[in-house]
Amino acid sequence: MADNTFDAIVVGSGISGGWAAKELTEKGLKTIMLERGMDVRHIIDYKSANLSPWQVPHRGMRTQKILDDYPVLKRDSYLNELNLEWWANEKDCPYVETKRFDWYRAYVVGGRSLLWGRHCYRHSDIDFEANAKQGIGVDWPIRYKDIEPWYTHVEKFTGIQGKKEQWPVFPDSDMLPAMAMNCVEEDFTKTLNTKYKGKRLITSGRTANLSQAHNGRNACQYRDKCVLGCPYGAYFSTQSATLPAAVATGNLTLRPFSIVTKIIYDEDSKKAKGVEVLDAKTNQTYEYFAKVVFLCASTLNSTWVLMNSATDVWPGGLGSSSNELGHNLMDHHFRCGAKGEAEGYEDKYYYGRRPMGGIYIPRFRNVLGDKRDYLRGFGYQGGASRQNWKRDVAELGIGEDLKNALSDPGPWGMGIGAFGEILPYHENKILLDKDKKDKWGLPVLNIDAEIKENEIKMRTDMMADAAEMLEVAGLKNVKTFDSGYGFGQGIHEMGTARMGRYPKTSVLNANNQVWDCNNVFVTDGACMTSGSCVNPSLTYMALTARAVDFAVSELKKGHL
Amino acid sequence: MDRRKAVQRVALILGGSVLAAEIFIQTGCKGGGGERKIAVAPEQDFFTKNEIAFLNEVGETIIPRTDTPGAKDARVGEVIEILVRDCYSKSDQKIFRDGMKMIDKLSRVKYRADFLKLQPAQRTELLTGLDKEQREYHEMKKAEDPVHFFRMMRELVLLAFFTSEPGASKALRYVAVPGRFDPCMPYQPGEKAWAI
Repeated sequence: MADNTFDAIVVGSGISGGWAAKELTEKGLKTIMLERGMDVRHIIDYKSANLSPWQVPHRGMRTQKILDDYPVLKRDSYLNELNLEWWANEKDCPYVETKRFDWYRAYVVGGRSLLWGRHCYRHSDIDFEANAKQGIGVDWPIRYKDIEPWYTHVEKFTGIQGKKEQWPVFPDSDMLPAMAMNCVEEDFTKTLNTKYKGKRLITSGRTANLSQAHNGRNACQYRDKCVLGCPYGAYFSTQSATLPAAVATGNLTLRPFSIVTKIIYDEDSKKAKGVEVLDAKTNQTYEYFAKVVFLCASTLNSTWVLMNSATDVWPGGLGSSSNELGHNLMDHHFRCGAKGEAEGYEDKYYYGRRPMGGIYIPRFRNVLGDKRDYLRGFGYQGGASRQNWKRDVAELGIGEDLKNALSDPGPWGMGIGAFGEILPYHENKILLDKDKKDKWGLPVLNIDAEIKENEIKMRTDMMADAAEMLEVAGLKNVKTFDSGYGFGQGIHEMGTARMGRYPKTSVLNANNQVWDCNNVFVTDGACMTSGSCVNPSLTYMALTARAVDFAVSELKKGHL
Repeated sequence: MDRRKAVQRVALILGGSVLAAEIFIQTGCKGGGGERKIAVAPEQDFFTKNEIAFLNEVGETIIPRTDTPGAKDARVGEVIEILVRDCYSKSDQKIFRDGMKMIDKLSRVKYRADFLKLQPAQRTELLTGLDKEQREYHEMKKAEDPVHFFRMMRELVLLAFFTSEPGASKALRYVAVPGRFDPCMPYQPGEKAWAI
């Protein structure tokens, strides 16, 4: 085999790309994984993971230089001097915001699997059937039963802690034992599950953190430093999980600094021959060839690659024959909910830093007999903790009393925040900008999306329902909040190359194949037909594993 | 209660690490337009030795040594120099520097001596007055008005102290690798809070 020819090409190395590489290589395919950014080696390159608070140069504050360099990332709290090099360089990689769009990108091996929030929930048939029932967008070409075994398949490997509930619209995952709730969360859960019996469920947050050793990875050490990379491999990332599995097969080649600029399309065979790569360091162009291409470059960048490909055949790019490529962009809107203070727990505390919020409240609006004046719904994430010195005690002024007060744990506080579904609007779109170019002279994306009346109505409930539940649970001084939402800020970009039942109205079929070119598969967030309100990464994992299984069986049959 | 009317915008969210709580430091590092360049190259001294000593004493007045170390033990002056130099905008740097001079000026007017020459009780009296002033100012302040210099100082001292080694491990409790999670353990008054 020539050194630029493989059985399979995977574009991107994040959650979806990592899964594609693992599954393809384990099925015996010689695979190259192309990543546009630098390599980040597991453990060795987690340079900040073991720093003490006093070793952090700016103690959590942002420098003027960081603010200047990251005009988008500074809009939320993720920007942090300790993992800065994992985020995309915003000056080298600009984009155009026709409307505000917060695009938080990680251009390194592992992508956002290094940085993600790790919540994992299955979609259910309320999600897969919603578009068809409500006449929104197009119908999903699959139902829960089609993806169910693949959820189980990826969960067994990933390791997700959580609690089984047998709740009708919230399918259980194959889970490790749940990490414990603290006393306030425990009482909150008991009180509300009694009060809302059968209507609402309060359960443990389900996250890809290991509550016990799993598949050769260590259990969580309760440091709560996941975003710096885990030296114990105790949360799921490409580095800790899928990459070592793919490497172990002997079938993987990983090539960092490889910007895939286009898919090489052969008009005679109507298939992709491979991809063109621009080396991000040398600016040299290379070609790689394979029988099958998996696009897992993240939602917007997978679509960007398609838009740049086969433009001599389709001016809008590969997969654009339906006129849906680039359209139906979604995210989850959030940053609103409620918070309150818990009294009567002053003699209780905890030991260790649990790496995520303690509770999850699955969607209860417009399901189980409920009906609102908007479509779809939202789920809550949240938790309780005792406040620390940052609470300040302004009225104590300065001196010994202030110091003593802040050296004690503060009052218990509890907050829950909602993540709401955004409908797939055709006019929420991305396109190639005519004028602006990136550092390598490549066209950049122009993003034009907004939330509409349905989402705005939902936000009122997202706050009011949160406050009601906190009050029912007996919390004091309950206040709602809406910290404002910028599209993309949920870092759950979805859509722009949706799956569907018909080539005239969708970009991908039920197996994530591009209708116009059946040996190209898109299995990251770009493929989503609707957004649900649950965190999407687990679904990308399952769809990726399912699509690889299909692709390999088709290859064996000689269909690809 | 009508929830729609009760809706409030709050920046700081209690509990729940999943929610993106805004950093407590309200001053500086906001990047709201204006100058956003590093003002001074890192190899140069931003504050003089005397100014750092001054900041250590201001810090010690805000967070004194008790049965646990205080701000001077944590050398907050050196940390504050880095934070003001790298994180503050030029306009906030000016407010901060002018504030340092203002403290000495007030000290000379009131006690006929520089701040560094004052007795601890005099320092406390002076800074308590400034703290009262900044709180009153901030209750009335419009969003576009600048932050009061003493609010900056007080916040920087708290940050520099509680994230320092003596602050985090003596005034608070710090365990680098807890190794387990106990969700609900008894708490006795007097036991320190966890550092993070």
